[in-house]
Amino acid sequence: MSQKITIEPVTRVEGHGKVTIYLDDHGNVRESRLHIVEFRGFERFVQGRPYWEAPVLVQRLCGICPVSHHLAAAKALDVIVGAGTGDGLTAVGEKMRRLMHYGQFFQSHVLHFFHLSSPDFLFGIDADPAIRNIIGVIQENRELAVQGVMMRKFGQEVIRLTAGKKVHGTGAIPGGINKNLSIAERDELLKGPDPLNADKMVDWSVAALDFFKSYHKNNQKLVDEFAVFPSNHFSLVRKDGALDLYHGVLRAVDTDGKKILHDVDYQDYDQFIEEEVKNWSYMKFPYLKEFGKEYGWYRVGPLARLNTIDFIPTPLAQKAFEEFKAYTNGKPNNMTLHYHWARLIETLHSAEVIRDLLNDPELQNDDLTVKGIKKHRGVGLIEAPRGTLFHHYEVNDDDQITLCNLIVSTTNNNEPMNLAVNLTANAFMNGQREITEGMMNAVEVAIRAYDPCLSCATHALGKMPLELTLIDNKNIIIDRKNK
Amino acid sequence: MNKDIKVLIYGYGNPGRQDDALGNEMVNKITAWVEENQIKNIEVDSNYQLNIEDAEKISTKDVVVFVDATQEDENREFLFTHLESSPDKLEFTMHAVSPEYVLHVCHDLFKKSPKTCLLAIKGYEWDFQEGLSDNAKLNLEQAFQFLTRKLEAYIDTDIHYPISMLK
Repeated sequence: MSQKITIEPVTRVEGHGKVTIYLDDHGNVRESRLHIVEFRGFERFVQGRPYWEAPVLVQRLCGICPVSHHLAAAKALDVIVGAGTGDGLTAVGEKMRRLMHYGQFFQSHVLHFFHLSSPDFLFGIDADPAIRNIIGVIQENRELAVQGVMMRKFGQEVIRLTAGKKVHGTGAIPGGINKNLSIAERDELLKGPDPLNADKMVDWSVAALDFFKSYHKNNQKLVDEFAVFPSNHFSLVRKDGALDLYHGVLRAVDTDGKKILHDVDYQDYDQFIEEEVKNWSYMKFPYLKEFGKEYGWYRVGPLARLNTIDFIPTPLAQKAFEEFKAYTNGKPNNMTLHYHWARLIETLHSAEVIRDLLNDPELQNDDLTVKGIKKHRGVGLIEAPRGTLFHHYEVNDDDQITLCNLIVSTTNNNEPMNLAVNLTANAFMNGQREITEGMMNAVEVAIRAYDPCLSCATHALGKMPLELTLIDNKNIIIDRKNK
Repeated sequence: MNKDIKVLIYGYGNPGRQDDALGNEMVNKITAWVEENQIKNIEVDSNYQLNIEDAEKISTKDVVVFVDATQEDENREFLFTHLESSPDKLEFTMHAVSPEYVLHVCHDLFKKSPKTCLLAIKGYEWDFQEGLSDNAKLNLEQAFQFLTRKLEAYIDTDIHYPISMLK
């Protein structure tokens, strides 16, 4: 009897999704699909609204990474108000945004590592779910758990002090920012009581990276062989090839490291990117036009970024990057679980950048905005924690938004996440008639490596039941489990 | 009022999703109330959702009231409950942990157990808009009147029903 196994929603990813695994008559995996519900209505919702509202409005999209949407929208609107295409702001304008952005990166990556992934590393992916969570981490390694909590808190404080508030921040506005960083605010982050200061965050980021490397050393086979597949890699890079999470040009490399998108201006992104619609998913499948649907899809996010860049412009992260690159002899790294390694290198880089920025006196400048000749089209790109985020707006003479197109990070990773699920399902479920917790979690581990954000901005009490449904080939539910 | 007791009112939700902002709106009202009455031992905070670092925040308080919107399909405007810490209340995504879970982490990690309550206010509309629905505004006002009365004496019972259900 062929079966359809549905895992819904995926646990410990941001938001929720549904995995369906189709087994054939022999119990082998015939096909698998990751279904994600995406709020496509938002692009229509903002039409007709004044463009200057967009950086705040877009935060309605997601309570997980509102800062990324806030900044991507602001960058697009910089173009519209004539403030240049990413490098035309005042020094304080750009640096305050960078501080906000790297604060967001820091707290997001920390959440992912300490609270979503570290349970898998500490206890193994097939461990009892009763201990494979943050409570288990507290009992097994209290110091690690405390570090995770305090690092998150520090990142949130960076956001609060740069965005003005934690919810629906208004720090970035078209053409710049609406506040600088006062000396008192700077000192709160730079010289805060132990452990809430920038130096400690750098130290702890190094320790987190060491923790992963130790796990890797002891579990090399799993980390190196789990859901490995070749792909293209895509990200922003600084014009000189450095890692830059805020601004740059678009670069893609193939699985051998050959450049296939040559540092192009993202204002022209629609000349290079196309999105495919599949009838079984609400989420589109982006690909590079030149290479078509079959060969043009790509990965984004931490692993992709470290595969596209030439170097990291902070010393400790650069040293870690050199070790990372040496592991694959300088070739692109296609090992899914190495996303975690890359994410922790970026965490360290973010901590270093935050510390450097806090020591920069230009953060106290008062020239907050610039304006120029208005344009009717603007594209803002940013590297969000989960990958490249596109915001594209067009406005009319009355300053109303007439077009909005968003390609979010998780959408960019749609095809590789599906591939990772398929590989994992084949490795763990072929020939199995019963789905164990370990098997279910293996699929989730594959998805979780990409740190997907599955658009779940509303979370009121009573939502999001966890349900596992088993359906046979006649669409009859033969089993259902709730967590 | 006992000035030695540190109280935190923590509302959470997404103000861009209509009634999901009930917790945030309660914080706005409590902030105004605290300022108007020059109350010095009540702190307020709000965010999109609770998260793991909130365990550290509540570890510095004696009394904590979480305020959230609820979709529970029950005929009450709000529900006020005393919370017990629970590791089982881990939600399915770590981006939004439950108040019971925050309390549990607070106890395990920081060895503190503040008296903690949840004020769940019923909402009705959840679209991409700012501003509460009319019915949610009514519920918010009732919950506000209730909460401010409770705060006068602090929290001393396990379960309180809304005004409409009191005998």
